[in-house]
Amino acid sequence: MSPILSFDRVTYRYPNAETPALEDVSLDVEPGELCLLAGLSGHGKSTLLRAACGLVPHFHGGRFSGAVTLAGMDTREHGPARLGAVAGALFQDPETQLVTSSVRSELALSLESRGCGAGAVARGVEEVALALGIDGLLDRSVHELSGGEQQRVALGAALAGRPPVVLLDEPTSQLDPVAGDELIGLLRRLNQEWETTVLLAEHRLERCLSVADRVIALRRGRIAHDGDPASFLAWAAGESPALQTPGAKLFTLAGLRPLPVGVRQARSLLRDRGLLPEGGHSEPTGPPASERGDAHTGRARAKVVGRRIARRSSAAALRVRGVWHELRDGPAILRGLDLTLHPGETVALMGRNGAGKSTLLRHAAGLLTPTRGRIERAGRVALLLQNPGDYFVHEHVAEEASAQALQAVGLQGMAERNPRDLSGGERQRLALAIVTGDGDPPAVLALDEPTRGMDRESKAELALELRRRAEQGQAVIVATHDPEFAASCARRAILLADGRVIADGPASELLAGGWYFATETARILGGAGGALTPEQGADLLALHEAATRASRQDAPHVTARDPDLRGVDADALETDAVAPGLMR
Amino acid sequence: MFAHSRPFFYRRLASPLHAARAGVGAIWALVLTAAGLMLFHPLVLLALTLAVLGAGYGAGVGRQLARTLRTAAIVVVPIVAINVLVSRDGLTVFARLGDLGPFGQGNLTVEAAVYGAVIGLKVTLLILVTTLASLAVDPDELLRAFRRMSFRSALTASLSTRMIPLLAADSERLAEAQRTRPTGAPTGPRARVALLGAVVGGSLDRAMDVAATLELRGFAVARRPRRRALMRRPWSRHDVAFACSSAAILALVLMGELGEGASFQAYPLIHMPVTVATGALCAALLAAILLPFTDRQGIDP
Repeated sequence: MSPILSFDRVTYRYPNAETPALEDVSLDVEPGELCLLAGLSGHGKSTLLRAACGLVPHFHGGRFSGAVTLAGMDTREHGPARLGAVAGALFQDPETQLVTSSVRSELALSLESRGCGAGAVARGVEEVALALGIDGLLDRSVHELSGGEQQRVALGAALAGRPPVVLLDEPTSQLDPVAGDELIGLLRRLNQEWETTVLLAEHRLERCLSVADRVIALRRGRIAHDGDPASFLAWAAGESPALQTPGAKLFTLAGLRPLPVGVRQARSLLRDRGLLPEGGHSEPTGPPASERGDAHTGRARAKVVGRRIARRSSAAALRVRGVWHELRDGPAILRGLDLTLHPGETVALMGRNGAGKSTLLRHAAGLLTPTRGRIERAGRVALLLQNPGDYFVHEHVAEEASAQALQAVGLQGMAERNPRDLSGGERQRLALAIVTGDGDPPAVLALDEPTRGMDRESKAELALELRRRAEQGQAVIVATHDPEFAASCARRAILLADGRVIADGPASELLAGGWYFATETARILGGAGGALTPEQGADLLALHEAATRASRQDAPHVTARDPDLRGVDADALETDAVAPGLMR
Repeated sequence: MFAHSRPFFYRRLASPLHAARAGVGAIWALVLTAAGLMLFHPLVLLALTLAVLGAGYGAGVGRQLARTLRTAAIVVVPIVAINVLVSRDGLTVFARLGDLGPFGQGNLTVEAAVYGAVIGLKVTLLILVTTLASLAVDPDELLRAFRRMSFRSALTASLSTRMIPLLAADSERLAEAQRTRPTGAPTGPRARVALLGAVVGGSLDRAMDVAATLELRGFAVARRPRRRALMRRPWSRHDVAFACSSAAILALVLMGELGEGASFQAYPLIHMPVTVATGALCAALLAAILLPFTDRQGIDP
């Protein structure tokens, strides 16, 4: 079978760029393959997708050598308009990919552009709407769609002509975990039922690695690895740990092999080693550990959090009391919401798109006035909005924030740079410097979806920075769709739904017991011991093995290395109710 | 996603005007515009204005029309004032400003004030009708009808209508981000210029992204659709109602023009007969404009 997409020694440099975005890239994609593009930010994933559909070089210009062939068409000879009939493309920001006013006309546009007859247009629109579950949106205006709905409509517009190839650039970056999983499932269905070839660039590999046939890793514009998901994980463990999925990292840290490509395989491997009970699904489906009377681990951790809260209850950094936000002639976005933040707390605010997270943060910062209820602030609330670029109005970094503020975020050497030329992580830090300023530190630092489009390295840096600020006494609240990031920076998690708080507790409980709002480590271990991160999970596994050895050799007490698991000891693990998933 | 209560652009609502096909809605709006341009009797214009406001509430966009009315006042007041100052045709002087040199005697007349108010009322009516049409007539559907003549021009126009709310949202976001600075949003001319620069820069980025999307959707190879390719849909009760309403409004306007019911002269002395015919014309116009909104069947988006 001849490849549907082929890169032959492609090297490409954007106009005025010093280094090539793609360098000597050669690859063949077979029809019906689902390929995942992995790599850190700025290492060529988006450029490769843009080269596949002809936007590079036709639209972006620059210097291009080599050849890209899509369905037999050389992209140097055929422009994006012709290639678009073969390859549907979906990029990060759905808002700019909707070019008409209504959903129906959006889906019809590409068919009408190609001169399809009325019947073909109507059928194409109807079928793609049904396939993507957006038939109920057909007569809606694109302005009133949520981010998730916009993403689905943009995908529908790309698929309306039933192209044999679909190119997607981080399509889940703006979606909540539920919508993200739905989209990945949908892509798999398209791939399996219609043999659509899918080329998908994604940072959160754990979401889609298990459905991929092949993973292509890019490093500095070159192909660093090309193979099946299992071989990619083995490669990443040695060559590029930042690309590892949490599940693979858990296994690596625990010294287990082979590395799992998904939760199901990980659980199966752990079960084979006797680390999970036979035939179990996801164990702790009952109440969180701290609510169970016999839950040693949860109880220990809840006590720690409880002690901290009690210590600080006298001086709240932010108190939200019965706040309502009701739109005139519209729905209520917040419904009598109560929330208290204490100095030094790190809180992850989670929930589906439209749950009210952004509105709550805007109220906290005083950008909105509640229609009912009140908000008390111990000091200034600094709010970092979703898009750091919205803060930049000057030509130089030095004009955006003071030298002191820049130094605080490690950007002192970039004062003369243009803010728009900074990398994603640097832009985020500059925006942070702008909102926090150089005077007294804010009492509360609120961040709205700060990790959108960020790679794991940048996320880790941001989590570190947030923890540092919390240690200095600032209360930090982060609205995020990313459970892994939430677990890495927050001790407390709050789940919002329909403008109300539906769950509020230690992150170790809230992010451990669910399907969607749970980390991969927690899903693998069934929430056992409240372990959320690979490090905690590996500690727990090591602890269990040590406890097993100790029981055999009558060895004394073993304690976890991870500070978050200090409350968990080998004795505690002897209780089935504490860590049922780890006991046989 | 952060929600806004009342956007100022088209969105499909449950109303008879939204349910009518865009072509019929556009013709209805054009007929209202023609009525506003052709008629001069202040009472008839007032009735038309009230009817259009009523239609706005019937279409679920009354609040936006009320806001537009406030904006229109900013335009209308100078029109009246200028007409009073520059018009020399009236005979009933209510204030004398004396000799204004090259401008002659500065006599302010009642006729000039009334005529200025009539022009102001016409301008208000046109602004209201345009706003109502932009809020309740689907621009995509309308522009699709023009694709037979020029596909790309129609699509470009369609794209422009899409860019307006997009850029409005961008500037709103940018302004909101500036408000989160510890010192608040920067003020002063320099800050405004910097903000404007950022908005313009951002809009160029937006335009690039949208252009890339259009490229991939086949804009560059777009072909004029065959006649049979245009989607046909049966006439709904609302299509028929608004088409009949358009015909009735046009007939009433012509009757008003030809008969005495809507006759009006401002100069040299005000001639504004208020007869039974005037009242009947006002009532008939109100009925013709508002009756289609009473049928609420089958209007769900």
